[in-house]
Amino acid sequence: MDPLEAIKVTFFQECEEQLSELESGLLAMEQGETDSETVNAVFRAVHSIKGGAGAFSLEPLVRFAHVFETTLDDVRAGKLAPDNNVVKVMLRAADVLADHVRAARDGGVVEEARSQELAAALEALNGEAPLATIVSEAFDDMPGLDFTPLAVSDDDGFGDDFGFTPLSAGIIELEPEGPALRRWTVHLRPKNALYAKANETGLLLRELKRLGDIQVSIDGSELPGLAELEPEQAYLAWTVVLTTDRSQSDIQEVFEFVDGDCDLTITADDVTRFPPMMEEASTDEPFDVMALIQQAQADVQAAPAPPIMAEILAAPALAPAPVITASAPSIPAPAVATAAAGVAPDAAHGAAAQQATIRVDLDRVDRLIDLVGELVINQAMLAQRVTESGVPRSSNIAMGLDDLEHLTREIQDSVMAIRAQPVKSVFQRMPRLVREVAAMTGKQVRLVTEGEGTEVDKTVIERLTDPITHMIRNAIDHGLERPEVRVAAGKGPEGTVRLSAAHRSGRIVIEVSDDGKGIDRPRVRQIAIDKGLIEVDSNLSDEDVDNLIFMPGFSTASSVSDISGRGVGMDVVKRSIQGLGGRIAITSRPGQGSTFTLSLPLTLAVLDGMVVSVCDHTLVAPLTAIIESLQPKAQDVRAIGPDAYVIAIRDTYTPLIDVGAMLGYRTTPLDPTKGVALLVEGEGGARAALMVDAIQGQRQVVIKSLEANYRQVEGIAAATILGDGRVALILDVDNVVAARRREKARSDAKLAAAG
Amino acid sequence: MSKIVLTVDDSRTMRDMLMLALGDAGFTVVQAVDGIHGLEVLETMAMPDVIITDINMPRMDGFGFIEGVRKSERHRATPILVLTTESDSVKKERARSAGATGWIVKPFNPDKLIDAVRRVAA
Repeated sequence: MDPLEAIKVTFFQECEEQLSELESGLLAMEQGETDSETVNAVFRAVHSIKGGAGAFSLEPLVRFAHVFETTLDDVRAGKLAPDNNVVKVMLRAADVLADHVRAARDGGVVEEARSQELAAALEALNGEAPLATIVSEAFDDMPGLDFTPLAVSDDDGFGDDFGFTPLSAGIIELEPEGPALRRWTVHLRPKNALYAKANETGLLLRELKRLGDIQVSIDGSELPGLAELEPEQAYLAWTVVLTTDRSQSDIQEVFEFVDGDCDLTITADDVTRFPPMMEEASTDEPFDVMALIQQAQADVQAAPAPPIMAEILAAPALAPAPVITASAPSIPAPAVATAAAGVAPDAAHGAAAQQATIRVDLDRVDRLIDLVGELVINQAMLAQRVTESGVPRSSNIAMGLDDLEHLTREIQDSVMAIRAQPVKSVFQRMPRLVREVAAMTGKQVRLVTEGEGTEVDKTVIERLTDPITHMIRNAIDHGLERPEVRVAAGKGPEGTVRLSAAHRSGRIVIEVSDDGKGIDRPRVRQIAIDKGLIEVDSNLSDEDVDNLIFMPGFSTASSVSDISGRGVGMDVVKRSIQGLGGRIAITSRPGQGSTFTLSLPLTLAVLDGMVVSVCDHTLVAPLTAIIESLQPKAQDVRAIGPDAYVIAIRDTYTPLIDVGAMLGYRTTPLDPTKGVALLVEGEGGARAALMVDAIQGQRQVVIKSLEANYRQVEGIAAATILGDGRVALILDVDNVVAARRREKARSDAKLAAAG
Repeated sequence: MSKIVLTVDDSRTMRDMLMLALGDAGFTVVQAVDGIHGLEVLETMAMPDVIITDINMPRMDGFGFIEGVRKSERHRATPILVLTTESDSVKKERARSAGATGWIVKPFNPDKLIDAVRRVAA
């Protein structure tokens, strides 16, 4: 990839980080934390985005960021107090900024009206009249191009004693007359500050030399005797006659950095005459420091040359300058002498000083996790074989294996932790969502989050956003009442949505609760009846009614509103949670609110499974899908067609699926009373009873993809390797249940057609 | 022997851009992420020929960094260029009072960057 393109990718990644910093900083400010650290961090986030955007010429983004940055600068400088209103505007501006970033990255556009609206709001805060556009400064122009005359007069009474008269002639702005050669006279007297800032006359002269021919002379008349010499004081002045075809501003530019730290005049020859001193001082021979010093010494009463003198003379001259500049000796000779022995670029490369983190390719981590999974399997196999070989449990080998098992588990946990991320990254998107949904539904909402540091495997994190988004939308759209209604009910006008995450018994539990009106049970019941999802006279507990919302095809919005609708109902949420091996439940109190509880495994790489035998095969069923297991009794089993059975479980008839037959392991069906039935819940709450031969036990297994190694197989989700080395297929419960229904539907259709 | 430049900027994007421009011009680039880190790195690395620093950084900003460099015996005469935005003359002046040798305007043109470095590096 072109290196600049690669940096652009980095830039957009960095923008995401900055945007999230911006959001959390603004939220903190909303809570009243307006200390300088927080405000500065917010400013820097926008400043950073703007800087990078400018480098890539992302104009709309730059323009918006600029306005935002100006506002933040005012807050930072104390000119604008960050009260609630201001922060609210800034939060909305942050949203627009994020849109600009994404538009720049993905090639879209931000709705002009919205962007302008926020820009105007920000400018109103700045106290400026709204600008139609922000003019991008001409970056290439030198600042202060129309330069004003440089006054030469100097406080030190420079020059009077030595006849070196400063010329305070006004500098007439001469139009550069094309490339004709002209002579210029440049007088330069550095002040201490020039050297203190590590500027060097020699370098300035070198730059002048690049413009044309120069003749340089030095005026050392100010130089005191050695006894009075201050090493860091500036005493010298230079006069340069420059013959060049460049313009005055080009010459001026050479001194750009030292402007103010020296006395400088630049005059064109044909305008002024040379000062008298010039004649005497100009010389074609290199200036003789020795002579100067000797002369100075002669003025002072005989003082023997101190040893320091020798060093001054020995100090290496700056090679390019034709004049020996008597720079203060304390300034060490630059880089030439210090040929680096140990340049340590790697020390600083990529090391983020603040948090001691490193960046690792995700592929490497995934590979590591795979390998550790294999390690766990291998260790289990080894343990099994050792046990089977009859080695006594108390032997060294057995004990060594125990140690190995502990170690392996620890490695596995540690490795899983590498990929574990705090849910913060998912939670962070929610405040914006809440703002948007609240605005769209005309409700006032406060979002409270808890436990955003709770960690979950990366594989799970990515799949969390959608379910949580839907639940929050649901909570605001259907759960929370409008402010007037709330007030009438004796509540505050602002509703609260609480989002929390925590670890509980080896899983992660996420709750989304609201303090709204709760589930309207009679209405839900009626809708379910109307949609044919339940029988009119069915006897359902409150909990059962609440759970009706998870049934496919259920949607309480009479007009599918833009946000909660889109054809997506809670059933889709439930399915995606179950796809992750999780569970979802709802509790509700009328008038007080509802709580959705999600429980998820910590990782998708490992599964809690029920190991079962089917024919001579070993299969694994995900524990989360299993509701209960039971021993079928003959009187509970009914045939409802050829090869179709149902089993009565507490007054409901549930389809009984012969897993062995279904997977093609056996041709004659299993006698239900000889096997075990696993009551499972699959797609959309559909239940089925899976007939297996026997239950072997419960175990945590490492999931290995079948698709990656073989191909997708109907009814099978993945595979694992058991301790004894056998491959066990992991059932895809949803799939099995759905397949059974389809089959049934087909055979029903056939029967109907035949009949 | 190529010249050594120390760049101090908290923005990864900026660091990458500086690395690209300076690297292409033949400089050896050492990078730091904020003022404090910059001062630490300075102590362990070979003496740089030029230092380039941003102003807005967490932990210690450019001003603090420049002052810190100018206080150290070893580095007080090392040229320092600040990265500044074009419209901010106040910041530029402040950087100069802190001891900055010169400045580069952001977003920087790579040629101007190299030019500025050349102007101050012996």
